[in-house]
This record gives sequence, structure tokens and C-alpha cells, in this order.
Amino acid sequence: MEILDHTAVELSEKIKRGEIRAAEAVEAVFARIDETEEQLHCYVTLEREKALERAASVQAKIDAGELDGPLAGVPFAVKDNLCTRGTLTTCSSRILENFVPTFSAEAVERLEAAGAVIIGKTNMDEFAMGSTTETSYFGVTRNPRNTDHVPGGSSGGSAAAVAAGECFAALGSDTGGSIRQPASYCGVVGMKPTYGTVSRYGLIAYGSSLDQIGPLTKDVRDCAAVLEAIASHDPKDSTSMKREDTDFTSALAEDVQGMRIGVPRDYFGEGLQPEVRDAVLAAAETLRDRGAVVEEFDLSLVEYAVPTYYTIAAAEASSNLERFDGIKYGYRAAGAQSLHPMYKKTRSEGFGAEVKRRIMLGSFVLSSGYYDAYYLKALRVKALIKKAFDEAFAKYDLILGPVAPSTAPKLGESLSDPIKMYLGDIYTISVNLAGLPAISLPCGTDKEGLPVGLQLIGDCFQEKKLIRAAYTYEQGVK
Amino acid sequence: MAKEYETVIGLEVHVELATKTKIFCGCSTAFGGAPNTHTCPVCTGMPGSLPVLNRQVVEYAMKVGLATNCHITQYCKFDRKNYFYPDNPQNYQISQLYLPICRDGWVEIEVPGEGGADLPGAGQGAGYTKKVGIHEIHMEEDAGKLIHDEWEGCSLVDYNRSGVPLIEIVSEPDMRSAQEVIAYLEKLRCTIQYLGASDCKLQEGSMRADVNLSVREAGTEGFGTRTEMKNLNSFRAIARAIEGERARQIDLLESGEKVVQETRRWDDAKETSYAMRSKEDAQDYRYFPDPDLVPVSISDEWLEKVREELPEFREEKRKRYRESFDLPDYDIDIITDSKHMADLFEETVALGAQPKKVSNWLMVETLRILKEREMDAEDISFSPGHLAALIELTEKKVINSTVAKEVFEAMFDRDVDPAAYVEEKGLKTVNDEGALRKTVEEVIAANPQSVEDYRNGKEKAIGFLVGQTMKAMQGKADPAGVNRLLKELLG
Repeated sequence: MEILDHTAVELSEKIKRGEIRAAEAVEAVFARIDETEEQLHCYVTLEREKALERAASVQAKIDAGELDGPLAGVPFAVKDNLCTRGTLTTCSSRILENFVPTFSAEAVERLEAAGAVIIGKTNMDEFAMGSTTETSYFGVTRNPRNTDHVPGGSSGGSAAAVAAGECFAALGSDTGGSIRQPASYCGVVGMKPTYGTVSRYGLIAYGSSLDQIGPLTKDVRDCAAVLEAIASHDPKDSTSMKREDTDFTSALAEDVQGMRIGVPRDYFGEGLQPEVRDAVLAAAETLRDRGAVVEEFDLSLVEYAVPTYYTIAAAEASSNLERFDGIKYGYRAAGAQSLHPMYKKTRSEGFGAEVKRRIMLGSFVLSSGYYDAYYLKALRVKALIKKAFDEAFAKYDLILGPVAPSTAPKLGESLSDPIKMYLGDIYTISVNLAGLPAISLPCGTDKEGLPVGLQLIGDCFQEKKLIRAAYTYEQGVK
Repeated sequence: MAKEYETVIGLEVHVELATKTKIFCGCSTAFGGAPNTHTCPVCTGMPGSLPVLNRQVVEYAMKVGLATNCHITQYCKFDRKNYFYPDNPQNYQISQLYLPICRDGWVEIEVPGEGGADLPGAGQGAGYTKKVGIHEIHMEEDAGKLIHDEWEGCSLVDYNRSGVPLIEIVSEPDMRSAQEVIAYLEKLRCTIQYLGASDCKLQEGSMRADVNLSVREAGTEGFGTRTEMKNLNSFRAIARAIEGERARQIDLLESGEKVVQETRRWDDAKETSYAMRSKEDAQDYRYFPDPDLVPVSISDEWLEKVREELPEFREEKRKRYRESFDLPDYDIDIITDSKHMADLFEETVALGAQPKKVSNWLMVETLRILKEREMDAEDISFSPGHLAALIELTEKKVINSTVAKEVFEAMFDRDVDPAAYVEEKGLKTVNDEGALRKTVEEVIAANPQSVEDYRNGKEKAIGFLVGQTMKAMQGKADPAGVNRLLKELLG
């Protein structure tokens, strides 16, 4: 078996047993990168030398018996909106093209403490705004399953890197589906945890009330192990939760006997690609066969999720992105003679079209006279959506549905029609609005061989149920 | 006939809170560090940083709210106020708009009478009290400081002040004169100092007032168009700005023009103001709840605990002093104006010193030195034990009053122990009758003219002879004793 064929947890086992050296794993990943990266472009920054140094230090700790966790020695990729001390962190934006943070994100610190070897920073939609990784200032990432197609987004670089073997696992961030949708398009596992489970400290904010960091991995076991490593109560993040149940790997059991799974009819309506529908319904059957109680129900309010999300996320983004002004760090436009022209020129040149669109949208919905009609109303709908989920979870342990209405579109098809692109988020964004955990895992392919993603949604803090069901499904179709 | 106008004034007062660390990070709030040394990723707005609320800020704000009879919002939130300026590293200020921590309070102000009779709202020379409503008090963060370097042609920013906690106290438009405004500010300053929530120094910017002012014809009910005046750095500047703005608005109305709603900046050197921005170019701050902070939930228990911790305020203290100490009202007013001075007074008295003697040291020497050095009562650093010891030394005539003043000054500067200082410097009064008699005899022999004057009935001449004797004794004699001895010898 080749090194790259191992999952992260399997690799770490081999490293801890002395069968593979951490440096060999890094070398194997870079050998793959040398082959495929030119075409795929998963990374904004790669740090081969530093990665080898990190591998050596991790190896020393493993040899000394100081590191024995399930991720010790595993090469990781990190999305480029997570701060990494001393390493370029761009959010795939020109405005941060030269930004080197002085501190690392809490999730990155946790991952490194668990013995992960970070090899580089992955490409993304600029400031996580997009569903295809095509809005990156540094160029598109291609889908390793079919390079004519997008990898999804915004964590497209992370998903593609995992799928291509350019790393063993990666961190992404999910504000409206940005982990789950690229995981689905690239055929890997991705999870958005309950809001507050992973510290947002060091995550460059897009929509603060919706953003969560999560894993992109080769399988469910890796996903549980990564989540276990990065979940923490962090006093530096006021929205971080104190949880006693973060031993997620303990939920890796093949057992859905009696588990009640609801399938919302609203998720199988118009606009859903038939092959996606069939693959997802087949997955539901597999879980039924394993003992789950699967039934259809009406979730309601699904059609309001997209406008609600784009109002709230854009409002928060318009404020969060104000700090990028050319004064303190990042890109500053040359040639301006005074302050306000400098701001305008810097931000006009520094941000791409999609980011500007959302800043304008967000500024509009917060402006005086419109705040009540848009922003406040969106907050009310958000509360109603949460209530609809609460009612569903009174009846079901999990909700099952597709991740996205279709498989990965071709490059260049999406950006020309932003509304259509936004509507593609319909199944993922209500999860963020309600703060829920959800997992995306592969459940087949379409006739072109493009992966289809199955989404399982849990009630707040029910990641273990998700992991158990996802693991059972994965083992069942192996 | 000239119309009568009434001035209507409301105040927005910013107060820097005396917390050790900033409102949303652990950086020091100390004033005067080298630029950008009291900073971290949070207060410099680095990407990925997040604010975490300092609980002490909430507690101070609650205290000020309770002391000003406000309703405390037990579920309050922070909002972002969005505007671009380099002193504001995130380009939004974290403040409170929708659910401020305190609402609907009031304070009673005491407006002195003298000199106020010619101003609207003042009584006919007599002092009066009135209530001024507090609309709300909210918590927010301060901005950094911009330094414009004319020489290099650039602007520099210092984020040491960025994130220092502030409360903004917004009054109702209840004031009618500069005197009332000063009385209101004095009241806030005294109350907040008593709480230990801030040192409230206008000159240093730890207390800042913006004045909203409009005029209307006397007897009418509606409000005129108001202006907001900024950059008021002293009570004097505030009084002058109010007079100036009142006159400016009346002039406009008298000449048939309209007052424009705008923000004006007061230039105290030129005693004039100029418009900064009008309502038309007022910014849309796009306030919305800060998603990085969770709502502040104030439990009944917390509120009760804070209420119980409130100190005895000035009014209660004055009342108690009048009842317990035989002191003039003048002394009581000055001592209780500063909690620090009141504490010093009470602790010295508790050590056995006679209240009037303690008060005298505070009223005369302490105030003199404070004034000379432009210091505040809060800056007094000598200990009550040492003041009590000094009083005892004079009581027992170990030192005379002149020496006592010298000792006091050393005590004021360095909090020296008076007894040790007197010993070390050899300042004890000479009680050796023989040595004193010898010196007095020498002085009489050396000043025949004064002796003659005295004998001819010029009582004053003896003062000169006492002085000469004291000088010869290097001050270490009891002047009353010298006087007695001189009279005896000159018989």
C-alpha cells in the first residue's frame, strides 16, 4: 500500500509504530504536489522546508513518547483564512497578498499540539465568498475528479487537496456550506460543527455569527479525530462553548438501530439533479437497511433560507471587512494624495467583484431606513428557521438530504449568474442560520463520475449521532 | 423690544473608566506609554482577533448608573458603529445603541447663586437645586490617537488608547445655563470619583463633554434647532462655549436666519467655534449588534451585590459631618468634594486628631500646595497617620507652627514620618529657658531703636523683636513663649 493511500489515522498509526517516518509522509505528499499541483492549484502557499522541519520535531516527540494522538505526524493543509504565525495568510485576496499574522488561529494551535504537520495554505473563494473557488485572486482550483469542473467552495483548495492526496486532511471554514459543498463536489468527508464548538479566534471573519471551522478528510474516522483535536472552549472567543462531550472518536460505531432519520420533502423538489436525488435516497435506504427509522416530513421555510442568509452574512461581512483599509497591513494602493481617496483606491483595487457585491449588499441592508426592513427581518426569519429545526429534532435524531442540488459545475459556469450560484446553497445555509452541526460524505457519483454528497444534519451538540450514522453508512457501502 | 431667549442644553459626557486593562483585551490602560506598546492583535484590529468583554467595565457602568438613579438593563448588548478613520483600527467602534446598560436616571445639581443672576435659569443671586435627567449611559471603546507630523508630512497612529473603556452619559435637555452645566459636570465628576470608576480629569481627557445647545423664545414649549459643540477641555472653555453659542444662535434668529443642525468645534484660544459637519453630511453608522460578543446578562444577585458596594456619597457625608464634627460648612464642602480627601480626613480623625485641626491643615496648607502645583485632591499622597503625628507634634509644642509647615511640605512631597524628620533635621523647639533668655537679651541689646519704640507705646515693635529672636534661634522656639519673655524683660 502506498503512503498516500492511507487515511490520516492509519498513517499516524504507522508513524507511531515506526513503519513510516513523519518526514516520509511529507515527502510523499510533496511528490504528489509536484505531479498535480500545477494543474489543480490547491494551494496559495506551500512550505516544503518548514514542513520537513515540523515533521522532524513531531517525529522527535513521537520517538520520545510525548505524542501519541491519532493525528501525530500527519501532513495537513489549512485554509488560507486561518491565521498561521509567520506564514502568509491571504484569504485569497489581493488586499491581504502580503499579510503575515503574528499569531496562529486557536484551531491551528490545537491541530499542531496534536502533532499535525502543516504543509501549506489552501486556495479559497476570496474571503470565503463564493461556491466554486473561482473568486480567488490567485486563480481557480480545479476538481481532482475532473479538472474541467470546479472543486466547490469556498474551501475548494482544502477539499481538492484532500481528494488529490496533496495532504491527508485539511481544515476549512463553513459559513453557508463552504466545507460541506466542496467536500461533496470532490468526494471527501466534510463537517461543520455546532456553532461555538471550534474557537473562531484567528479565523478571518466573513459572517461572524455563522462561521465555523471544521475538518475535510478522507473518511469519517479522520473527520472525528480532527474534530476532536480542534474542538475547545477558548476564552479568547466569546461565542465559544464549554462542552464535555468532545471525545468524538468514541462515536465511531456501526449502529443506527432505531435511529430516527427525517427526510425533508422540501429538499427534493424542483432544481435537484435527478442523479443527486437518486444517490441520496439510496443512501437513506442503506441506513434503513441498517436499522434506522427513515421517514419523510415537511421542514418548511426552506425557501427563505437563501435570502435570510445573504442578508445576515453580507451585513456582517460589510463590517468585518472594513478593517482592510491599507492603513495597518495588507495592500495599499499607490498614488492617492489623501486619506479617503487612499481608502477608496485601496479597497477598489484590493477586493474582487464578488466581495464588493456582498459589501455593498451588506452596507445597504444595514443602512438607516432599511435596517428594520432587511436586517432585523432576516434575524426574525433566522429565529423561525431555528424553530422549524427544533420542531424537526423533537421527532428525529437526524435530518438527511443532499448537500447541493447538483454535482460540481464546470469552471466558468457559475460566476455569470450570482443568483443561481446563491441558490445552490439552499440545503447547506439553513444549517448555519440555525447553528447546527452537519456532515457531508460521498454517496455515489453521477453518470460523468462526479461525486454526489450526502448531508446529515444533527441538532445542536449532536455531532456524535452524525458521526455514528455517517460511519455506519460509510462502512455499509465499502 | 428685544425678545427674551431661553437656552436649552443637553450633554454627552464621555468618561474613561479606571480599569487596569482595556475593555476587550488584556492590554494595560496606563496613560503615557511609548506609542503602540500597550497593544495586541485585538486592540489593533488584526484579522482574526476577537473581543472579550472586561467584566469590570460592566460593573463600573452599573455603579455609575445606580448612583445616578438609572434603570439597569439586565439584558444588554453591544453594537458596532461603522465609520472609517485611522484611529479606529477595525473601522468600527464597539458601542451600545439598541440596549444600553443604563436608562432613565437623574441627578440633583446644586447651582451656586453668586454671579449667576444675569443668566437665564439662575435665581436672583440665590443658589438653587434642580434635577437633571439622564437619558442613558452606554459602554464603548475609545479610539487610538493620531499624530500629524507636519515636518515629515505624514500621520502616525498610536493605538495605546484604542480599546480603553468609556461610558457615555447622555443627559436630557434639562439645563438652561452654563452654571447649570458646570454644576451638572461637577456632580458627575464627584459621584464618579466617589465610585472610583474614573479620575474624571477634563484636561487629560478622562472626562470629555459635548454640548448640545439650542435657544427658544422664553415661555415657548418646542425646541429650537440644536448644534453640538466639541473640543471642550475645561469648565472655563465649556462656560465660554455655551455663552458664545447662545449668542451666535440668537444673532442668527434676530437677523431672520436659521440655525443649522451641525457639529461645531470650539477653539478656546480664539473663543469662537466653526462648523465641522452638518446634518446633511452626517454619516450613516450602520449600527448592528456585534456578532463577536454575546449579550451581557446581569443577574439580580450581581446587581444587588453592586448596589450594596456603593459608597456613602457626598450628600450623605456632608450631612453626617455636620452632625458629627464641629466644622464650618465651607470646610465640609471642600473636604467632601473629593472622596480621597474625605477618606484622609476621616482616617486622621479616627487616629485621635481633633477634626478642626485636621481640617485646617487641609483647608490651608494642602489647598495652597495643590493650587501652586496644579494638582488635584486625588493626587494627595501623604498618609493619615503622618498627618495625625504632625498635629500631635504641634499640639505638644515639640515644634512651632513655622517648623510644622516645613515638615508638612516634606510630608506632602514624600510622605515622611514627621517625628523622624523633626529628629533628623533637629527642628525641635528649644525649651531650654536659659538659652532662650540669653538670646532674647542679646536681641534687646542689638535693637535699641525697636526697644525704645515699644517702650514708647508702639506695640507692633515687639513683633520685630520676636522675629529677630526666632531668626537667632533658627526657628526652633515657641513664638508665644518668646513674646512672653520679651514683654517680661522689657517690663
